[in-house]
Amino acid sequence: MTENLIDIRALKKYYPVKGGVFKRHVADVKAVDGVNLEIKKGECLGLVGESGCGKTTLGKTILRLHDATSGRIYYDRSRSVVEEAEDGFNSDNPSEVRRSIELLKKIDMTRLKGKGLAAMRKKIQIVFQDPSNSLNPRMLVKSIISEPIVTQHLVKARELEGRVVELLSTVGMANEHMMRYPHEFSGGQRQRIAIARALATNPEFVMMDEPTSALDVSVQAQILNLLMNLQENFKLTYLFVTHHLLVVKYISNRIAVMYLGRIVELSATKELFEKPFHPYTKALLSAIPIPDPETGREKIILSGDVPNPIDPPPGCRFHPRCKYIKDMCREIEPELENADSDHLVACHRWKEI
Amino acid sequence: MVSNKTTDKKATAQHPRLKEFLFSTRRFLKNPLTIIGLVIILGFTVIAIFAPLLAPPENPDNPYKIPHTGWKTEPSPPSKEHPLGTLPQQYDILYGIIWGTRSAFRIGFLVVLANMLIGIFLGSIAGYFGGWVDEVIMRITDIFYSIPYLVMAMALVIAIGRGLKSIIIVLIILGWPTYTRILRSEILVVREKDFMQAARASGASHLRIILKHVLPNTIYSVLIVASMNIGITVLYAAALSFLGLGADTGYADWGQMVSKCRNYIVGPADNRLGFWYVVFTPGFVLALFVLGWNLLGDAARDVFDPKMRRR
Repeated sequence: MTENLIDIRALKKYYPVKGGVFKRHVADVKAVDGVNLEIKKGECLGLVGESGCGKTTLGKTILRLHDATSGRIYYDRSRSVVEEAEDGFNSDNPSEVRRSIELLKKIDMTRLKGKGLAAMRKKIQIVFQDPSNSLNPRMLVKSIISEPIVTQHLVKARELEGRVVELLSTVGMANEHMMRYPHEFSGGQRQRIAIARALATNPEFVMMDEPTSALDVSVQAQILNLLMNLQENFKLTYLFVTHHLLVVKYISNRIAVMYLGRIVELSATKELFEKPFHPYTKALLSAIPIPDPETGREKIILSGDVPNPIDPPPGCRFHPRCKYIKDMCREIEPELENADSDHLVACHRWKEI
Repeated sequence: MVSNKTTDKKATAQHPRLKEFLFSTRRFLKNPLTIIGLVIILGFTVIAIFAPLLAPPENPDNPYKIPHTGWKTEPSPPSKEHPLGTLPQQYDILYGIIWGTRSAFRIGFLVVLANMLIGIFLGSIAGYFGGWVDEVIMRITDIFYSIPYLVMAMALVIAIGRGLKSIIIVLIILGWPTYTRILRSEILVVREKDFMQAARASGASHLRIILKHVLPNTIYSVLIVASMNIGITVLYAAALSFLGLGADTGYADWGQMVSKCRNYIVGPADNRLGFWYVVFTPGFVLALFVLGWNLLGDAARDVFDPKMRRR
């Protein structure tokens, strides 16, 4: 069994809502609300869900671009270390809890500071959705790509240019592109530059925040293939955040479905598409268009909107829009449980439906 | 392969930053008003630089003292000896204007430069870090905005003691909030861009992010306002001088010269416009100076404003 690269436990990210003259804390937007997720070494984990369900927030919290409200993130720790820390943290004995917090200060990514965090930044990188927004318009491509190298002091000044040329060629661009500004490139090329920047520190983990959704369809495929090649060549692990199901089907080994700050289903890609358990996943999959007008297919149309994440519904978060609803769904929040081998689902009634 | 080589050559022949600069210059010079502004300001610059040649001072240690030939209180009209006439007590207007150009540049540059530095420092801290730092800095600027500018300036100059130096100090104290506000609001827009997060994800320090990412994308609006404000600052200094808070009589400063002529704006009953030259000449020069900087400021906006630029 492959080791976990990232192990997320009970991760929460709340955004405070402030109101009134004195900016008092009135409520929280629960963007990520208790997520447990394991990302295996060398895999591409797809994270799908509607707009506003917290998938990008989850990814950016892993990168420490947002600070988590609570929860633990373990990066490249053996299973036994993680279990030890978790057991201590969750035990009833106060002295054990204290001891585990001392341990967590060293190994929990949400608690890293200063040098420890800076060293971490080298290993995890991000590619953003819109390259026209993620590249500084006043910097040359050369400076954009070399920035992570310079800030991390990775190579000597003399070797910097060679490294940039090398990175450009890995993403399929020529060194004459080095001395140009981002606005001189097409969308696909800009995304390649953003990918080159993400690779500059030789990371192990790259978060893809909808890297193809701002691009033309014809370019999307090129970028996806590039990403898959890079993953193979550099032994990368991806977290691929998107709302485009066919894209994740193409690139991901496993898929996690998110709804309103929680993971509702997690399984291998093939299995998820063949045999979805959660009613929300079923509805998502039925919405994928089929390029054939003859095939009629039953579409599951969800009624209503996504509830407000400030005040999520009690019990199962999906119950107001679910047609299989029973009394217990309104009261008890379902946990992720193993439905099939490594196929997790958070639904009380997955067996029946 | 051949075409590749030629583009390579081109790229090495012209550094992209140089290309960018040339592009800006071409844009800059396209507008005829820019040329007018440029000519005006260049003219003043030449006058300021060559002041000792154009109007040799009597006492090289104190060149700002306008020489005067006699004590007659009434101004004299332009003559061979005094090509632009004289102020009351026979101070030579031409000399005053030539050396006054230096005073004007000194006031304008000193005040605006100091304002800009303070504004950039406070504005980038407020905009970038946000939170209570932002709150404190912005409330202080609100206090400055709530007090009428000239009234406050007068009160402060009187408190410090009148003179050109006090005017410069007071204008520095009062001028920075504009720049702080502009820079902060620009930064609030840029702060949310993904490239800031990308820089953070690569481990860049706050200082590096501010210098490399925030300021290069926001500084231009500050520069535009600064270039317009050079003229206006000189105008304000002149206004304070006119109210009698400026330099001593006989000091080469346009504001002081106008102030000196307060009693001669209107001539005697039989010749109402008899002393036109004492008010018109320094006033006209002052207006020309302000106009020049305003035209340059407009041009700077045309070049730097990203909405008016090509991208």
